[in-house]
Formats: sequence, C-alpha cells, structure tokens
Amino acid sequence: MSEGAAPGAPTPPQGQGSADVIPPAADTIAETLREAVRSWFARLRSGDLGALPIIVGLFGLALLFGSLDENFYTERNFVNLLLQMAGIATIAMGVVFVLLIAEIDLSVGFVSGVGAVIMTLLLRPAETDWPWWAAIAVALAATTAIGLLHGLIITKARVPSFVVTLAGLLTWSGVVLILTTQTSSSGTIRIQDDVVLGIANDYLPDVWGWLLLLGVLAASAALELAKVRAQRARDVASRPVVLIVLQLVAVGAIGALAVWYANKDRGVPVVAVIVGSLFVFWTFVANRTRFGRHVYAVGGNAEAARRAGIDVDRVRIAVFAIAGLMAGVGGIILASRLRSVDPGTGGGQLLLNAIAAAVIGGTSLFGGHGRVLSALLGAAVIATVANGMDLLNLASGYKFVITGGVLLAAVLVDAFAKRARAASGVA
Amino acid sequence: MTEISPSLALQGVSKRFGAVQALYRVDFEVRAGEVMALVGDNGAGKSTLIKGIAGIHAFDEGELEFEGRPVTIHGPRDAASLGIEIVYQDLALADNLDVVANMYLGRELTTRIVLDEPTMEGRCRSTLDSLSVTTLRSVRQAVAGLSGGQRQAVAVAKAVMWNSKIVILDEPTAALGVAQTRQVLDLVRRLADRGLGVVIISHNLHDVFEVADRITVLRLGQNVAVLERATTSQEEVVHAITAGALQHVPGMAEELTA
Repeated sequence: MSEGAAPGAPTPPQGQGSADVIPPAADTIAETLREAVRSWFARLRSGDLGALPIIVGLFGLALLFGSLDENFYTERNFVNLLLQMAGIATIAMGVVFVLLIAEIDLSVGFVSGVGAVIMTLLLRPAETDWPWWAAIAVALAATTAIGLLHGLIITKARVPSFVVTLAGLLTWSGVVLILTTQTSSSGTIRIQDDVVLGIANDYLPDVWGWLLLLGVLAASAALELAKVRAQRARDVASRPVVLIVLQLVAVGAIGALAVWYANKDRGVPVVAVIVGSLFVFWTFVANRTRFGRHVYAVGGNAEAARRAGIDVDRVRIAVFAIAGLMAGVGGIILASRLRSVDPGTGGGQLLLNAIAAAVIGGTSLFGGHGRVLSALLGAAVIATVANGMDLLNLASGYKFVITGGVLLAAVLVDAFAKRARAASGVA
Repeated sequence: MTEISPSLALQGVSKRFGAVQALYRVDFEVRAGEVMALVGDNGAGKSTLIKGIAGIHAFDEGELEFEGRPVTIHGPRDAASLGIEIVYQDLALADNLDVVANMYLGRELTTRIVLDEPTMEGRCRSTLDSLSVTTLRSVRQAVAGLSGGQRQAVAVAKAVMWNSKIVILDEPTAALGVAQTRQVLDLVRRLADRGLGVVIISHNLHDVFEVADRITVLRLGQNVAVLERATTSQEEVVHAITAGALQHVPGMAEELTA
C-alpha cells in the first residue's frame, strides 16, 4: 500500500459512503445493461482481465487451425477435442488448489500413473478380477494417500513442496515401472473391463444430452434465484436479475450448440459429464465452503490465516490430498482412453501440461488468485493446440514449441495485467 | 470517566527472556469506555506487555483480573473468549479476499456447509456503519484495493465485531497520512464511546494526546507513570519516557527481590 504510506496521500472521496454500497436501482433494463457494460470496461482497464484473454486466445487458435485444416471444425473433431482435454483438465483441477496455496506439486503426472496402474492390475480378469468400482476406489484411495503423505512431509518437516514432490516424481515413476514390468514382460497391460473402458469411450444417447443440459440450466437458475432472494432478505446488494437471465441464456445457447454438435457425431462423451461434475463440485468447494475460503486465505496471507485461528497445516495437507485424488481420477480417465497402461503411463508431457493448463487458465503461481474454471480453459487451449497440430501432421516438436509459446504468452498477459492492477491500486 | 472499576487489570506482571528482564512488576489497567495509551521508548516492554495479554506468551509472575475476576490467559483463544482483541501493526489481512471474507476469517458463518454470504455481508455492513466507517465503496471489494486508513478501519471493525470488551491497537497510525490518521483516531474514540476499553500503543505523542484519556508510560520494562491526559503535558510524558524514576536499576533485580 505505497499510496497509503505516503504522507498526505489523497484519501478516497468522502461522502460516497454506505449509500453507494447498494447500487441505485436502475430504472430500465437498458440502463442496467449499460451500467454492467460500463463497470466491465472499467474492470478491464484496471487490469482485472478475468477469463477474457484466454477466451480470446481460444477463439484465435480455433480460427487459425480452422483456416489451415478443413477437418478442424468437424463435429467428429469437436468430440475428439473434448476427449483429449478431459484427463489434463481433471489433473489440473487438483493443481489449481495447490497453486492457490502458493505451493507446487511436481508429482501429479506419475501419481496419476500409479492410480491407473493399480486400477488396471486389480481389474485383470485372469488374476485379480476385481469389480470395476472396487478397483477404482482402491486406486483413488492410494493416490489420495500419496498426496496426504506429500502434504504431511511438507508441513511437518517444513521441506519445500518443490523438493518433496520432485522426490515424489522420481519415486512414483519408479513404482509405475516396477508394477508394470513385473506384471507383464512387455510392460503393457490391457484394460478389459467394459465400465472402465466406457469412461472415455462411451457417449450419451442424444436425448440424455439434451435432458442433462436442461437439468443443469434449471439447477443453476434455481441456485441464482435463491441467492438473490437471500441477499434481498438481508438487504444486501444483489446482481440485477436481468444480468442473471442474460448469463443463463448465453450459457444455455453455448451448451445447446455443444450438445447439438456432439449429437451430430457420436453424442456427448460420458467423460465430459464426469469432468463437468468434478468442475461443479470443486468450484462449489472453492467458492462456497469454509474450507475453500481458508484455501484462498492461506494463499493470500498465511500468517493472517494462522492468527485467525485457521489450522494452516491442515489446509495444506488437505490440498495435497486433493491434488493426489484428482491426479488419480485423471489417470483413470487417461488409461480408459488409451485402453491400457504401460511403463510410460503418467510420464511424458502430462505433468507439464497439467500445470501449464492451470496457469494458462489464469491461476497465479504466487497463490491466492485463481479459479477451478482455469483448469478447464487451460486444458482446452492445450488440447486445441495438440489437436490442431495433429491435424496438420506436424511433428511433436512443433506441438511442444507452440504449447510453450502459449504458456509464455499467458504468463506475460498476467504479468502486464498485474502491473495495470498495481497502477490502479487493485493489486 | 463514568466507570472507575477497571475492565482489565494487571498487577505486578514480570517477563524474562533469558538474561533480559523485559517486564518487571508492571501494573497496568484499562477501564471500560476509556482510551488508555501505552507509550515508551523502543525496548520499554510495550510489545511484551500486549503479547502477554493476548496470550502469545505467558507472564512469569503477576495477576490478571478481568471484570473483577482473576483470570489466566494461556493462548490467543483464551484472550478472544474473554473479549480481548488485538489489532497488530501489520493488520493481518488477506489481500486477495474481500472485506467480508477478511472480517469473518476463521469464524465464517455457514448454513449447513455453505457459506452464509448474505448474513455475513449484512453484519459487516452494519458493524462498519455503527463505527461510522463511510469511506469503503463496497464490502465486496478486495482488501488489496484499500488505502492504509481503510485497511486499518477494516482490521478494527473485525476486532470489535465479536462482542469484544477490550481492543488493543498496536501503532494504528504509524503508516498513515494526515487525513487517514484523523479518521483512525476518530474511530478509536468511537470505540471507547461505545463502552469498550481501548489500549493504543503509539510513538506519536501528538496522536496520544488527541485521543487518550490516560497514559501509561513504560521505561526499561517498568511502569514509571500513569498520567491523566487532562492534567499532564507532552513535556511531562517525554520526561517520563526518557528519565522516569525506576523502582530498581536493571541488573540489580536479585538484590532487590532477595
């Protein structure tokens, strides 16, 4: 607060006090909209860009690849894109929580591999032959326990998360290698369970896709209205109903377009429903629960959180457990898509893509700023780049170069936006 | 001063850190409805005294009385449950959270498991209004965007929202400009007018004389004077800070207590 420390600093104008907190009731709908657009531009100018850069970036990438290859816009490719981003998006949701408390987890790639391998081993029909739900439950319990272990070491021994999870990266890559090569000489183990294979390879019947969309819209409308009613009952400022309706219409239109397009191909992928549900759940946890509030507080000012009576260590441990859990879910989704696991499962670009997705999506590496949504948006960008490059038949090297460029661009946009926020006193 | 019995009274508290006698048999009291200033040079023991009251560290000896009852404070939670709140110099606010989230940090209201945002927002507003804090544009604004005076106001409002009876402010005006200092001092006065006991630590005697009812002067870990603002002068306070009569000379404790 440099401007507060300077002697004789200009104080905020007097007299625009409590009356201003509840915005004057707009007379007309047009006026409400004008006011909303005006405040949105004011936010943009002050450097609070929100999800705008990434949405612009996504459109730019879509236009670019669409103009270079006629297959990019096909409904088949649209569904492929959803399948490609699912695994990364899921793992990235856990990474978002870790970044929110200003830590890092370098192990999520191979932890996802451990989860996938454990599930696959338990499913082998000739040997173990576990039911799918038990195999998945044990795999997720294992990856959650791994996250818990990382969190315990980081908080109790006070070792930086960077080092602990780097050790985890090496350890768990070794575990994946041992488990796969000891089970099969080639190291490749096929998944033969229909339910598990269906996770990433089944599609909803057309009608279900539409019913699901309607259900989601009805639920969010009900939630928003309940919120407005509660705010009005307490005499607290609420968002204009016109804006809520417009937002729902926009979301409904985009959703309808997506369902219609997917239905023209194979239908809405089951995995899209799973990722969507996880997104809703973790967004709820982050924004509407006490735990979520404490996560943001620990990332913003750990000392303030501690003095407020928050058990900071417990929040940290829980966050690493979430990262482990979501890595496990992502690993199962990826294994289902590839229909097998091998010694390289969870390796390659997976870890870097998951962290890049969270950062490209707008979650700060410095803690306290970010949303679960950024995992989805960032994964969409990474999947779009990979998908477009594959269509163009470019070598993997180009894919990495472009993904790196996008990541750098995202960080630069954030850095410039932060400077603008600092200049306008919002940082 | 309408009330004479002290709200919080410390008798003969001492604190030693290794070879350093940080506090030696200090008496200190604050009454409901008054502003008690705590002044002294660096190392006089001001911070040690309030940290003892806050439960950050225990006193080695001495008695604490709260509203006439003897009490012991073993940790920050004990202090909070008695109604003693401390506003530290660094304010302990999370910049990324809005005003409501900061004021309720660690004590969020929920309906079942969902944060009860409307109720929290409404109560924050009324607490700020009752303190006549009118410079905040919105309680939904992130604390990062607030000026120094506004942040101080939020930290103070956070302290008084919990039915607190004693509020201790550590250097609340140290980093503020003239106009913002004015606002914070007005706020301090209003706290006392609401019947709270207010302890303000400050190096700035001008501020102290503007807002305090009484002044406790510490020197080298000892209480050298308790002065009424109305009957004293800045010169007298400065003299007490720099040359107040000590009960004992530091380092001679063993002979005196023997």
